[in-house]
Amino acid sequence: MPLIAELSISILLVIGGVFALTGAIGLARLPDFYTRLHGPTKATTVGVGSIALASVVYFATSNARYDLIELLIMVFLFLTAPISANFLAKAAMHLKVKTTDDTRGHPWDQ
Amino acid sequence: MITVALHITIALITLAVLLNVFRLVRGPDSTDRVLALDTLYINAIALILLLGIELGTRLYLEAALLIAVMGFVGTVALAKYLKRGSVIE
Amino acid sequence: MNARFGFPRPLLSLTLLLVWLMLNGLSAGHGVLGLIMAWGLPLFTRDLWPDSPTVKKPWRLLLYFARMMVDIIQASLTVARLVLNPSRQPKPSFVSYPLTLEHPLAITLLAGTISLTPGTVSADISDDRKLLLIHALDELDDKSLIEAIHNRYEKPLLEIFQ
Repeated sequence: MPLIAELSISILLVIGGVFALTGAIGLARLPDFYTRLHGPTKATTVGVGSIALASVVYFATSNARYDLIELLIMVFLFLTAPISANFLAKAAMHLKVKTTDDTRGHPWDQ
Repeated sequence: MITVALHITIALITLAVLLNVFRLVRGPDSTDRVLALDTLYINAIALILLLGIELGTRLYLEAALLIAVMGFVGTVALAKYLKRGSVIE
Repeated sequence: MNARFGFPRPLLSLTLLLVWLMLNGLSAGHGVLGLIMAWGLPLFTRDLWPDSPTVKKPWRLLLYFARMMVDIIQASLTVARLVLNPSRQPKPSFVSYPLTLEHPLAITLLAGTISLTPGTVSADISDDRKLLLIHALDELDDKSLIEAIHNRYEKPLLEIFQ
């Protein structure tokens, strides 16, 4: 395997891991539900996307099959992340989940 | 080099899974738990992709795709249940 | 070609073919099977699809997605910096964003973009589709946030769809 491929696979893998961990730290550390929603929707999605790209590069250089299921997974995750975040935010507003005290503005109740 | 990077990444994702489980157990609201489950299945997809690279096989990718599809449906169904009290109206 | 037996939705057909080939690999047999599905599925599900908006400038849409990818990575970095700095507490806020887009698909695209990009998650839409409720993770100035979203994302979408 050429060095450049090896290098890019390694970098993509570690970046992906760091982003996924960041999302999880955000989920564990931030003060209320609405702020916790940000970590998984952005950081974790990008992290797994990066790992999927690493897998594409790895199999493109190491064996000759031409399907791209990783890319499908990535596209699907990027399409669904905002939708599930939106559904959860709506559920949280319906249940009147508490916000932190320094939140400006307030959720609607429809 | 890839092996080292792979093992570092597996460690990072495992740590992420532990943090997700912490949020899943801790709560405090049911929406937090659903969000933790959502993040958990995404991390499971990452672990499956990493396992595929480690073993040099593409057999597991379809399982990862199915988890992505089913996980999304599950999250939406749970969120809908929390909001409406039923999944299908 | 006759509208009853042709391709009622060319873009959907193309997407189906591409997804089929990505799933099964590039080969002549799967190409034929994919073409059959790309022709048949939109035809049989024709009645189930809502009105599609007219996309006036498809290449602008591609440009929009390219810029979105860059912004998504940037947004993740911002969130990561905030999360990993233990001394910093975020200053969240709820902002009502006045929509000028009208088509449901365009609004969905905008809401998705807002959720994935600049430290914000779109939470709800008012019943008359005029206001979008946004939760910002770390934001002090609502006015400039609304302006930034309008200039960076809504204006290109307006040009593409209306």
